[in-house]
Amino acid sequence: MVLELILALPLLGGAAVAGWRDHAARWLAVATNGATLALGVWVAVRVVRNGPLTGAEGVLRADALSAFMVVVIGAISLLASWLGVRTMALEVAGGRCSPRRATAYGVLVQAFVAAMLLAVLAANVGVLWVAVEATTVVTVFLVGHRRTRGALEASWKYLVICSVGIALAFFGTVLVYLCALRAGGHSASALDWTSLVAGARHLDPSVLRLGFALVVLGYGTKVGLVPLHSWLPDAHSQAPAPVSALMSGVLLTVAFYAILRFKAVTDAALGPGFSRTLLVVVALSSLAVAASLLLTQRDYKRMLAYHSIEHMGLVALGAAAGIPLAIAAVLLHILGHGLAKSVLFLTSGEIMAAEGTSRIDGVHALLARRPTLGGVFGTGLVALLGLPPFSLFSSELLMARAEFQVGLGWAAVAALAAMVVIFVAVVGHARHMLLGAPGPTEVLAPPPAWVAAPLVAGLVACGLIGVFAWPLSGLLHAAAHVVAP
Amino acid sequence: MTSAYSSTLTLAAGAVLICAVVVLWVTSVRSVLRVVATQGFALGCVAMTVGVHMGDAGLMATAAVVLGVKGLAVPVLIGRAAGGAPDRERRPLVNVPASLVASAALIVVAFAAARGVATFVGATNGALVPVGIATLLVGFLVLVSRRRPIFQMVGLLLVDNGVALVAFLCTAGVPFLIELGVSLDVLLGVVVLMVLAQRLRSEFGDLDLDELRELHD
Repeated sequence: MVLELILALPLLGGAAVAGWRDHAARWLAVATNGATLALGVWVAVRVVRNGPLTGAEGVLRADALSAFMVVVIGAISLLASWLGVRTMALEVAGGRCSPRRATAYGVLVQAFVAAMLLAVLAANVGVLWVAVEATTVVTVFLVGHRRTRGALEASWKYLVICSVGIALAFFGTVLVYLCALRAGGHSASALDWTSLVAGARHLDPSVLRLGFALVVLGYGTKVGLVPLHSWLPDAHSQAPAPVSALMSGVLLTVAFYAILRFKAVTDAALGPGFSRTLLVVVALSSLAVAASLLLTQRDYKRMLAYHSIEHMGLVALGAAAGIPLAIAAVLLHILGHGLAKSVLFLTSGEIMAAEGTSRIDGVHALLARRPTLGGVFGTGLVALLGLPPFSLFSSELLMARAEFQVGLGWAAVAALAAMVVIFVAVVGHARHMLLGAPGPTEVLAPPPAWVAAPLVAGLVACGLIGVFAWPLSGLLHAAAHVVAP
Repeated sequence: MTSAYSSTLTLAAGAVLICAVVVLWVTSVRSVLRVVATQGFALGCVAMTVGVHMGDAGLMATAAVVLGVKGLAVPVLIGRAAGGAPDRERRPLVNVPASLVASAALIVVAFAAARGVATFVGATNGALVPVGIATLLVGFLVLVSRRRPIFQMVGLLLVDNGVALVAFLCTAGVPFLIELGVSLDVLLGVVVLMVLAQRLRSEFGDLDLDELRELHD
C-alpha cells in the first residue's frame, strides 16, 4: 500500500495545482514532495529491517536500492518545488509567463517526479523503461518553458537525442528478455529483476553482452555519458532553474540506477569483467570531455551542466569497480551530488533573476554585493569540487579506494587528473563571479528568508552527511549488496 | 502452414525495410507520410502474423494497438505538425543517390552485426532479425542527414519501428501491458514533437534544423 501511496502523492500535488490554480495549491504540492521524502525514509527503515516491500500486485517493488533512490528523489524534489513557487511567482509578476503556463509548469513538475518514482519502484525492466521514457516526454515542455529560441532549440535536441537513446535501451531490454525467455523464464515474470538475477547463470552470454552494451549506451544518453551527452548542457542551461535542479540532481541518477540494475544481472551472468571495461571507457571519456569543455565556459549554468557530466563520469567509474564498497560510495555520491548540484542550480536561478545574465563575465563581486547568494553559490562549489567536510569528499575518496582495490588504480589516477583540471577551471570562473570590489552605490536587497533557508538547508545536509554518515550506513550497505552481492 | 507463415512474415518484414529505404528517396512531406503509414501497417502485420502463428492472444491485441498507433494515429499527427504547408526536404546533408548507396552499405552491416542474435533466435524469425536492425540503421541515417523537423521525426520513427520489429521477431513482443505503456509513450512523444515543430515554425519561420545555432560552447 505504501508504495502506491508514494506514487500517488506527487499526482495529488499536481492535481491540486491544476484544480485550484492559486498560490496555496503550489505550497500543497511542496508539502506532498515533503511527504514523499518522509515516506521514503520510512520505507528505507522498514526495508533495511524486514526486507523488500511489494505493491500493486507485484508491479512495484522496493528493496534497499529503490528505497535509497526514493529518499534522494524526495529530498531534491522538495528543494526544487519549494524554489519553484518563487520562480513562478517572479515570472508571473515580471510578465514573462501567464498564470496558465505557471499552472502547467506546476503540474508537469509533479508528473515528472511521479515518473521518476515509478522508475525506481518498478519491479520489472519493462515498466522501468516506460517510466524513463515518460520522464523525457514530460520534461520536454519544462525545458522549453521560456519559449525563447534557445529554449526551443534545446528542447528539440533533448527530445530527439534522448528518444534515440531510449530506443537503444529498449533494444537492449528486448535482448535481455530474449535471453531470459530462452533460459526458461515465463513471459509474465521474465522481465522482473528478481527472476533475472536469480536465473542469470542460464542467460546466453553473447546476446547478454550485446544487450548490456545497448543498455549502457541507451540509458547512458539520459545519464549524460559520452558519446550521447550533447543534449545535456543545452537543456540544463535553458530550463528554468528548479527544472535544471531536478534534471541534474536526480533525473541523471535515475537513469544511472537503470544501468546499475542491469549491471547486477550482467555481472551475475558474465562476471564483472565485461561491465567493468565498458563502464571504464564511458567514464573516462565523459571525464575528458567535461574537463576540456569546462576550461572555456562563458556561461555559469552551462558550467554547472558540464560539472554534472564530470560527476556522472565519476559515478560510472565507481560502478565499474563494482565491489560493495564502491557501490556504497557511488550511492553516497549520488545523494551528495544531487543535494549540492540542485542547490547550485537553484541559486544560479536566483542570481540570473537578480543580475539578468547567465554569462560568467556579466557577474562580479557577488560575495560583497549579494552575500547570501554569493555565499551559498561559493559554498556549493566547494562541496561540488569535492572538498571536506561535504559528503562528496568522502564518497570520492571511497570510490578511489575501491578502484585501487580492484586494480583500476590507473583509471582512478586518470580521473584525478581530469578533476584537477576541472578544479582549476571552476575556481577560475568562480573567482571572477564571487570576488572583487563592489561599486560605491550598490546596495542590494538579499533574497527573502524563505528562499534562502532551503538552499542553506540543502548544503547543511550535504555537510552533515559528509561528517556523520552513520544514519545512512545501514541503508547504503544493504543497497550496495543488491547490486554487488 | 509453416511455409505460408514464413512467407507472410518475410513479406511483411521486408515491407518494413523497403519503406525505410523509400523514406530516403522521397522528398515531399505528403509522400513520406504515406510511406510511414505503410510501414506502421506492415509492422502491425508482422505482429499479427507471429501472434496468429503462436496462438498468442496478447500479441494479437498488441498488433491491433500497433496498427492503430503506428499505421494511423502517428502519421495523422505528423501530418498535422506539417500543417498542410507544401514542405519539402530541399537540401539534405547527404543527397538522395548517396543516401541510397549508404543504405545498401548499412543493410550489409546489419546482416553482419546481427549474425549472433539471428542464429540464437533461429528459424524464419531469426533470419529476419537483420531486417529490423537495418531499419534501425536507416533511421539513424535519416536522422543525421535530413534537416527538416518533419523528416527528423520520421527518422525517429524508423529507429523505433526497427526496434519494435526486432522485438516481435525475437520475443513475440513484450508482455501486453508493457506494450501498451510503450505505445502510449510513443504516441505522447509524437504529440510533443508535433507541438514543438509547430512552435519552431512560428518562432523561426521556415527553417532547416542545422540553422539552429543559438546554443554552443
